[in-house]
Amino acid sequence: MWQFFLDRQPQFWALAYGHALLVLLAVVIGTVIGVAVAVVVTRQPRLAPVANAISSIGLTLPSFALVGLLLPLTGIGPISALICVTFYAIFPVMRNAVVGLQGVDATLVESARGMGMGQVAVLRKVQLPLAWPVILAGIRVSTQMSIGVAAIAAYVLGPGFGAWIFTGLTQIGGVNAEAYVLIGTLAAVVIALVFDLVLLALGRVTIPKGIRA
Amino acid sequence: MTVTDDPTSSSTSGSGSEISGAEIRLEEVTKTYPGQEVSAVKSLSLTIPAGEIVMFVGPSGCGKTTSLKMINRLIEPTSGTITIGGDDVRSRSADELRRTIGYVIQGGSLFPHMTVAKNIAIVPKMLGWDADRIRQRTDELLELVSLDPARYRDRYPRELSGGQQQRVGVARGLAADPPVILMDEPFGAVDPITRQRLQDELLSIQRELRKTIVCVTHDIDEAIKLGDRILILQEGAEVAQYDAPEAVLASPANDFVADFVGAGSSLKQLSLTRIAELDLSEVPTARVGEPTAEARARAQAAGHDHLIVLDDHDRPTAWPWLRQLKGETIHRGEEDLVNLDHRATLNDALDTMLTSSHGAAVVTGDRDRYLGVVWFDTVTSFMRQQQEALAEEGSGA
Repeated sequence: MWQFFLDRQPQFWALAYGHALLVLLAVVIGTVIGVAVAVVVTRQPRLAPVANAISSIGLTLPSFALVGLLLPLTGIGPISALICVTFYAIFPVMRNAVVGLQGVDATLVESARGMGMGQVAVLRKVQLPLAWPVILAGIRVSTQMSIGVAAIAAYVLGPGFGAWIFTGLTQIGGVNAEAYVLIGTLAAVVIALVFDLVLLALGRVTIPKGIRA
Repeated sequence: MTVTDDPTSSSTSGSGSEISGAEIRLEEVTKTYPGQEVSAVKSLSLTIPAGEIVMFVGPSGCGKTTSLKMINRLIEPTSGTITIGGDDVRSRSADELRRTIGYVIQGGSLFPHMTVAKNIAIVPKMLGWDADRIRQRTDELLELVSLDPARYRDRYPRELSGGQQQRVGVARGLAADPPVILMDEPFGAVDPITRQRLQDELLSIQRELRKTIVCVTHDIDEAIKLGDRILILQEGAEVAQYDAPEAVLASPANDFVADFVGAGSSLKQLSLTRIAELDLSEVPTARVGEPTAEARARAQAAGHDHLIVLDDHDRPTAWPWLRQLKGETIHRGEEDLVNLDHRATLNDALDTMLTSSHGAAVVTGDRDRYLGVVWFDTVTSFMRQQQEALAEEGSGA
């Protein structure tokens, strides 16, 4: 198996790069969309149940099915993979952002308004910083999920270790089948661990000392 | 530690400093919430003179908070006009207006993710002050509310006690030197002793600054103590009485006011008499760092077995018996000495004395400077004299 790995090293690193990049992009876009929706939702309390329902339904949708649904629309290629992964990345962030923003003490918001902060300033300087620890927790969940979904998105030629996993599975019983599956899976796990460590460090740096647990 | 000279500060008592507040007028102000038949505030007209503290009191739901929040447009009136210093509050955007009005609410409502200094700097920053000026102002304000800037500037709110948070809240309200300050139950969330101290400090600050302060409270004693005038509101923000505390106590306008002010209004007179009206006693003092032997000799020569320790700013820090003095030089002392502002009431004085081992209270002036000591006997004999005077008046009539 070691020899197998050494033989395919350039390919391995290309896949690792592709996988990580796909997840990174999906999580960043997902975070922006998720937080934006959460901001709108928390301003219109009537929308909150709707958003929760959509995110529940969205998360139960099997990713393999979504890949199939996307095919006729966006065709085969990394764009389809990105859309698919981003779709799942949105929900955990959105849910946590709604909870986080709702958890900001209303008197703090009123106090900020009373001092003459505009709505945007209140959001930027008070609400988002205070909701940030909860949002970041959502981003971590979202990242872990995206790494798994990205492996499945390989079905539409998305970049990443999904390619090796599927190759292995289709030729099971073959010479290198097990090695393909095992190395592909392990590599995805390692990427997940690395991302989580990075996010943990990000929390250390970005969560203000005054509200750090 | 930076001590900045405040142009408005003055070492003499209040009347010497200039009024920096502005007059507030409410004309026929009404607030009706959609879908409600009864107005929360019904054609309220009111003039709040510049440089005074006006207390809004009343039972819950009487519209006092609504009335307060209409001044800085957190609630927009349905009809009527509000002016500050002659300018209609609607002549500017709500945000611009609010940057010129201090706003202090219960518990200080500090932003937990910002340091004390950042919390205070919020409004000055929005007004575009440069960093140097903000830093200077922050330190100056921390001094003003009796917090050592070097120690507290970089702390986070959760590292402060409730009373300290509330002090920072007051400093934040004063940050951009606004002519008008609105306070909503500012001292509602702290224990009684801390509340009394904070009230005294507010009075002391107000003596220096002479802002126009509008303060909502449900506590009639607080209103009597702090207010130059008291506005007592009935349901629908109907004015039951608007007058000086003395007048409210002496002649309640109607049964509602009489009930609200409550029985024992002669006892409440204790809340009207300020320490400043009593004769303070002299007690030997010593400086922090002074040789203990000298201080001891001085106290004994004056026939006392105790002395009061003052720090560099003339602030009393401890009140030890001579036998408790240890070491070569006088040190600050461990005990947390409860001082009385000279604008504190006799009520507060009695409270403080009960917790003091000397049966007396240390009285301080502006910025906690030492003035003298008031003994329990002084208070009781003053009360007896007043009662006798009242009795004579009664028999004479």
